[in-house]
Amino acid sequence: MAVGTATVRRPALTTRWGRALAPYLLIFPGVAWLLIFFLFPLLTLAVTSLMSGDFVAGFQFTWNFNNYTYGLGLYATQYSHSLEYGASATLIAFLLAYPAAYWIAFHAGPRKSAYLLIILLPFFVSFVLRTLSWETLMGDDGPILGPLKSAHLIPSDFRVLATPIAVTFGLAYTFFPYMLLPIYASLEKIDRRLIEAAEDLFANRVEVFRRVIFPLSIPGVFAGVLLTGIPATADFVNQTLLGGAGTTMIGRVIEQQFEVSANYPLASALAFVFMLGLLAMLLLYQRLFGTDELVRAR
Amino acid sequence: MTTLRELPEFLDAAFLRGLTQRRITRRGALAGAGAISLGAFLAACGIGGNQPSAATHQNWVWDKAKKTGTLDFGSWPLYIDTAVDSAGNTTYPSLVEFTKETGIKVNYSEPIQDIAEFFAKIAPQLQAGTPIGYDIIVITNSIQLTNLMLKHWLVELDPSKLPNFYKNGSKRVQNRSFDPGNRFTIPWQSGFTGIAYNTKKISREITSYNDLFDPAFKGKVGMFTFTQDTGNLTLLGMGIKPDNSKPSDWQKAADKLKQQRDSGILRKFYDQSYIKALSAGDTVISMAWSGDVYQANLSAGNEDLKFILPKEGGLIWTDNMCIPVGAAHPVDAITYMNYVYDPKVAAELAEAINYITPVPGAKAVVEQDAAAATDADTKQSLTDTANSSAVFPTDADLAKTYYYRTLNPAEATQWNDIFNAVILS
Repeated sequence: MAVGTATVRRPALTTRWGRALAPYLLIFPGVAWLLIFFLFPLLTLAVTSLMSGDFVAGFQFTWNFNNYTYGLGLYATQYSHSLEYGASATLIAFLLAYPAAYWIAFHAGPRKSAYLLIILLPFFVSFVLRTLSWETLMGDDGPILGPLKSAHLIPSDFRVLATPIAVTFGLAYTFFPYMLLPIYASLEKIDRRLIEAAEDLFANRVEVFRRVIFPLSIPGVFAGVLLTGIPATADFVNQTLLGGAGTTMIGRVIEQQFEVSANYPLASALAFVFMLGLLAMLLLYQRLFGTDELVRAR
Repeated sequence: MTTLRELPEFLDAAFLRGLTQRRITRRGALAGAGAISLGAFLAACGIGGNQPSAATHQNWVWDKAKKTGTLDFGSWPLYIDTAVDSAGNTTYPSLVEFTKETGIKVNYSEPIQDIAEFFAKIAPQLQAGTPIGYDIIVITNSIQLTNLMLKHWLVELDPSKLPNFYKNGSKRVQNRSFDPGNRFTIPWQSGFTGIAYNTKKISREITSYNDLFDPAFKGKVGMFTFTQDTGNLTLLGMGIKPDNSKPSDWQKAADKLKQQRDSGILRKFYDQSYIKALSAGDTVISMAWSGDVYQANLSAGNEDLKFILPKEGGLIWTDNMCIPVGAAHPVDAITYMNYVYDPKVAAELAEAINYITPVPGAKAVVEQDAAAATDADTKQSLTDTANSSAVFPTDADLAKTYYYRTLNPAEATQWNDIFNAVILS
């Protein structure tokens, strides 16, 4: 490579120094972005969570760990609501999305894109609007429950809104595409010859699915669960619109503490605990189902 | 955005900084220079943090500021009279007349949809000493309004420039517990917090706060998610006057709400969407704001919903006009604030928005307008307005309404924690 280069004047980046610097220059924008918009706010959050004071007198840094103990004591149930609804919503989204993604990937033929578009079309509308329309649709005397009640098929005090079930299904619906798309992508790229090979080896359809297709789709499932689970657990809009008394999720508490009560230290402590908790679970999840499977599946 | 350099003389940059920013003391500056340990760095961190000087800035502004012929007015949606001109644009007749009379052009906008959200937006600007771009903002009495006053983020009003307010304003609005002496604010419009119920689904008459706890309405009762409304109305329901209440009373009120929640009588703590739930039949009885009930019946074309003030007492709240520190046109602003206390203007506004007007004398004007109206529909609607207890409440109604408990910042935290433990559950 070095032969004959002495006589050619090369552009700066192909010099030895340039070569060494190039990767750093390339990742610089990304790293700077992370530093400014992720690490710095994170540090601010951590510092704020240890402050004390009030809005008018100002908040001062005092190593006030009390925000953590006080916040956890006050809002433990709301954390568990978040986990419970987030996890159930992820499971529901998975059970709905997998068969749909499977069917589109293997049986939709040339109209794959059309079907995908049809599934994604509703999600072009703002999700707040969609959730609001759920509220109208599922009202106690609304277009679904109203006729069922007048036909005496369900008791007159039956309701869907203002229950944990409404919140869970609302969440599953909101984040459905984030589950479907990665699963579809991993099913779609499975080499069809592997399936033929399995059939040649006398695997029946159940076994083909269990031993070939499903293991190969695990990277998609893994990504789908992350993409659905994290925002669903942190969401507060569904709960605010569809939930009732006793269904508050921690995201709503944090939002209220920041915006309405202006209790920044408590809000930061609650947010920080939530983030660390999620991170711990992610690491555990990744250990249990993550990288190994990812590598093996390829 | 106006830069500090372009500010008029009465908004001298040093003045703004002095009022709104933490002064860096010599000791603080040295500590900053010497800060090498993380601890010292962290200790120097702080959010906000100034004890505003007690010095009045009333004279500073009012001695030097002059009429400019411009007014930037920031308010809420659906909160002023509107008309459509020949070109199809929305106009505001009362503002057009104001311009005709005074030569002051009004830039009217509706940036406020939620007090907490709006406050969160303007607080950093005010903290940094930069003008927020409005000369008048309309703020509900609330923890946020108290914070604005305590932070000295509002210009103290000059009473000599508000003759109409002192002459025509009702006694009730001239004496508000959250702004004694009307130092910083005067009312725009007011409303009641009470109970609304669906007369098609509840046959008996609702009169009491305790009707919200009736097991017959199990799962069909709505309360507010706003700690101020729900907390104060519950205190009244228990026979405690909000302004005399102590934290132990707040806890008792929260316990009462907890019992309503845990027994399943309560369906949900609602935000503004309560009125939708009540109209749709998801709830049959709910805490409510007077103006909304009027509007809901109007748009449904019936009289199904009824608003009452519970016999134990209801709440009155007031949206207040105030001038944020840094406003570029304070004289134009106070001129307008005085202008809307002319009974004629107050009547024009009342006819359009149907909240409690601060000017009782507007009733006579509305009655005259009704008498002069030529078509029957207009006549009827004006007569309704003149007789509406939601616009011109009776003295008996006003006598049983109370303002929210005024809360200093420490009390506000305690109040929110006590009630949020039930409401955000």
